[in-house]
Amino acid sequence: MSETTAPAAERELGLEGVGCERRRKEDARFIQGKGNYVDDIKLAGTVFGDFVRSPCAHGRIKSIDAEKAKALPGVLAVLTAEDLKPLNLHWMPTLAGDVQAVLADGKVHFQNQEVAFVIAEDRYICADAIQLVEVDYEELPVIVDPKVAMAPDAPVIREDVEGKDTVGQGPRKHANHIFTWEVGDKAATDEAFAGADVTAREEITYQRVHPAPLETCGCVASMDAVSGQLTVYGTFQAPHVVRTVVSLIAGLPEHKIRIIAPDIGGGFGNKVGPYPGYVCAIVGTIVLGRPVKWVESRLDNISTTSFARDYHMTGEIAADRDGKIKALRVQVLADHGAFNTHAQPSKWPAGMFSIVTGSYDIPAAHVVVDGVYTNKAPGGVAYRCSFRVTEASYLIERMIDVLASKLKMDPAELRLKNFIQPSQFPYNSVLGWEYDSGDYPTALNKVMEAVDYRGLRKEQAEKRAKGELMGIGIATFTEIVGAGPSRNCDILGIGMFDSCEIRIHPTGTAIARFGTKSTGQGHETTYAQIIASEIGIPSDDITIEEGDTDTAPYGLGTYGSRSTPVAGAAAAQAARKIRAKAQKIAAHMLEVGEDDLEWEVDRFRVKGLPEKMATMKEIAMAAYGNVPAGMEHGLESVDYYDPPNFTFPFGAYICVVDVDRFTGEVAVRRFYALDDCGTRINPMIIEGQIHGGLTEALAIAMGQELLFDDIGNVLGASFLDYFMPTAVETPHWETDFTVTPSPHHPIGAKGVGESPNVGGVSALSNAVIDAFAHLGVTHMPMPHTPWRVWQKANELGIDR
Amino acid sequence: MIPANFDYHRPASVDEAVGLIEQYGDDGAILAGGHSLIPMMKLRFATPGHLIDLKALDELRGIEDTGADIRIGAMTTQAELRASAVAAEACPILAETVDVIADPQVRNMGTLGGNVANGDPGNDMPAVMMALGAIYVLRGPGGERETPANGFYKGIFDTERAANELLVAIRVPKPPAGHGYAYKKLKRKVGDYATAAAAVILALEGGACSHAAIALTNVGPTALNAGDAAKSLIGTSVDGEAQARAAELAMEICDPVSDMHGPVEYRRNMAGVMTYRAIAEALGRAKGG
Repeated sequence: MSETTAPAAERELGLEGVGCERRRKEDARFIQGKGNYVDDIKLAGTVFGDFVRSPCAHGRIKSIDAEKAKALPGVLAVLTAEDLKPLNLHWMPTLAGDVQAVLADGKVHFQNQEVAFVIAEDRYICADAIQLVEVDYEELPVIVDPKVAMAPDAPVIREDVEGKDTVGQGPRKHANHIFTWEVGDKAATDEAFAGADVTAREEITYQRVHPAPLETCGCVASMDAVSGQLTVYGTFQAPHVVRTVVSLIAGLPEHKIRIIAPDIGGGFGNKVGPYPGYVCAIVGTIVLGRPVKWVESRLDNISTTSFARDYHMTGEIAADRDGKIKALRVQVLADHGAFNTHAQPSKWPAGMFSIVTGSYDIPAAHVVVDGVYTNKAPGGVAYRCSFRVTEASYLIERMIDVLASKLKMDPAELRLKNFIQPSQFPYNSVLGWEYDSGDYPTALNKVMEAVDYRGLRKEQAEKRAKGELMGIGIATFTEIVGAGPSRNCDILGIGMFDSCEIRIHPTGTAIARFGTKSTGQGHETTYAQIIASEIGIPSDDITIEEGDTDTAPYGLGTYGSRSTPVAGAAAAQAARKIRAKAQKIAAHMLEVGEDDLEWEVDRFRVKGLPEKMATMKEIAMAAYGNVPAGMEHGLESVDYYDPPNFTFPFGAYICVVDVDRFTGEVAVRRFYALDDCGTRINPMIIEGQIHGGLTEALAIAMGQELLFDDIGNVLGASFLDYFMPTAVETPHWETDFTVTPSPHHPIGAKGVGESPNVGGVSALSNAVIDAFAHLGVTHMPMPHTPWRVWQKANELGIDR
Repeated sequence: MIPANFDYHRPASVDEAVGLIEQYGDDGAILAGGHSLIPMMKLRFATPGHLIDLKALDELRGIEDTGADIRIGAMTTQAELRASAVAAEACPILAETVDVIADPQVRNMGTLGGNVANGDPGNDMPAVMMALGAIYVLRGPGGERETPANGFYKGIFDTERAANELLVAIRVPKPPAGHGYAYKKLKRKVGDYATAAAAVILALEGGACSHAAIALTNVGPTALNAGDAAKSLIGTSVDGEAQARAAELAMEICDPVSDMHGPVEYRRNMAGVMTYRAIAEALGRAKGG
């Protein structure tokens, strides 16, 4: 049957649109080793730059002697802060209103801080020259603990901002203090606590971790001295933002800057912010007139570019005797390291942390977050989550278990009792969010049934009687993603919209370009599916492009699960503009009024005369040759989508673990993850995202931690020590779903990539702690490494 | 992550290799599989001026049954050892150990000689060689000599091998027929060094333990021979009580350091748990389980 006569349902399947388990377009090149990553960019005449880094965590630079390095044949330049000063590039602004040293300006603030940038003909000469740069330091007292940082007599870490009332985020109350962020009603919360039957309190630290994408950060900067055009290839999750930032800080006209993000090997938040390496490579190419490449080593990546979490939280929860929650109180000490390079929409110093009331109908809440400086690498990015959402979700999901333990109530029952009910949506949380849609009881009940929750509790009781440790962990989380509405969210004054531009070619195929940038999510596959369903052009006939600021429309990039909620919405809206114009052309072609037409999969038909039709393919050709009088030729559209609200994906996870009380090893016996991300664009990609996110959650809950010793040495900044699970350590993940579309998103999709990290960490941690719950344990610090778990068993005397 | 400059040598004979080792002394480094040395060089913790690559020395490869012993060439890779029918027949603990060393890529390159001669307390084979009572064959300018694995290790990266000697082979006396064995290694993930590990060889005669050897990995500056623990099993039925006593005695000789795998107390206790479990498994195998 020809494509014009096949039944509508068959033609619809042929589009491979929304809902299709379409194979990933990008995998053909990735699995053949034909990806094109930053280090694969080889421009003629490229030279290599790398850093001299500080061995000490806090010190004054007494002298830098680069003469021996400069004398080494093949060395082209050694840049220090003194060289960048005339350009005013020795410091740069951060996304959080602070400044960050590009090259240490008289003082180093954390171990491995960038001190000098050596540029040489090849990476081997560069490595030799770095060893020849002699730097003399006067060591200063080091602070690695944020509590110590706030002590009255603590040494001042940031002398450059000493005495300043603010570092861009409101008033400061100590030399090492960055900001206080407060939300909620303190008086109402205090009152609810005073009148509550039961209260519980727990100190919960979310350890410092690192996103550790498999490809480290890097760039190739190339200045064309004749045209004055600067091209920078780099590991950028947000290429347009980088272009604007480069223009603002380097003083180069924005139209002379082209930022290209080629294939990116994972980002997870690590590749959002600007780093000194980018600035130094740009200065290098301007000075030398040759392309300069900088690529981090693993050690550089884990020890210097943006970390995540390091949130020291105190949670308090109040409830009545029956378990109805009355109030939540949270205090956070947030360690941001030496510079506030927190990745955030500009006005949100603790991101979306106020999602901390979670999936529960809590009538009063009060949250205070204090950010502080320490002698640790700067950052505070969202590692596979929306801004500070895993921290918030971890806090509330732990506190629910803490309260359940205090009430001697089953944690599933306590959750069911306090869920926001489906009838309450759109739901206004007490901390100011409007949750778009959700059905929490259905999700949890479905999961409890699937795993036979009652049976598991029975088995657990039997095991406990025999002295064995089995834990059951639940997480019923709510995410807040898709930053975001421009009334709430901007970066440096630019609203956090995103964009899509579609061009239909005369023969009915298309190209679409976006302001986002896939770092592995599969945009080339899923965006095409959205457009295919809207305008009836098969996915395979639509090329998706991102990452080149000269061709892509302006966008704010990919992080915080925003690509589908924001750019995916732009795709649908842009496609609808195409269809609207197509309808006019079709009416002209068929000599009927626009209103006489109805859309069917890939064509317009005349109402009542279904054999009279114009297919999208025919309309495309007509758009270039047979348009109605007065209409412009062509079939193109662009949409800048400013979302009316965030989206609120949610899920219910249950995890079952067996703990070896003699070694502290935790075996994940079962992990059942139900996710509701609204409309499902490509179920196979969703499942892949869930698997990846759960595996990262396992890594965080069970092993990842950036530790420091007392003098600020970062410990374990390699994959020998920093836990990166392999297939061997990864359990079998079971996935499931419900579909509660977002009412405000054009196709009802919510975003999913980060949900499994948000819910997974809580479910795993709750399971480990639940294994000890019958022994009176209410909390154990993450990560739950074998030795930490053994310590608890040993302390309880059950390891023999 | 780029090594400092060095000169590369690929000797064609053992004599030539020994000559180069003698010639370059402390400025030379012997390259076997490279999986310890090359990472150290990339971090510039090791900066040898001369690399002496043994890869071309086919005479150092292979596994041979010599009657009472099996003789393993020092350049035999872990993967070759794993695949050897001779080793599997006489000494199955070798294959069991290979399987928990790093990952397949490392085992394809890493050699038995490199693993035992490097003196890294984190390597798995030294403890196994101690438990087996292996003999190391060294060749220097003056010819060959033999020295037992027990006593070979003096400290971290410090062994009885003289600077001008090359380990050419390992002689493993065949354990008694029907012996039980186990190598139990606690590690967090594939590729990790042991948090603690224990090698156990034991044999029974008429229901009583007639032969026992226990050695420990990565809970001291060298692999440790838990002689008293082994001795405590002799003559017993190796029941639960005997296993627990031996584990206690093994723990007593441990001298681990705190590191990312855990604090001293944990690692010491894990040496006990691994010993206990290795004995239990070895017992089961000795009984034909």
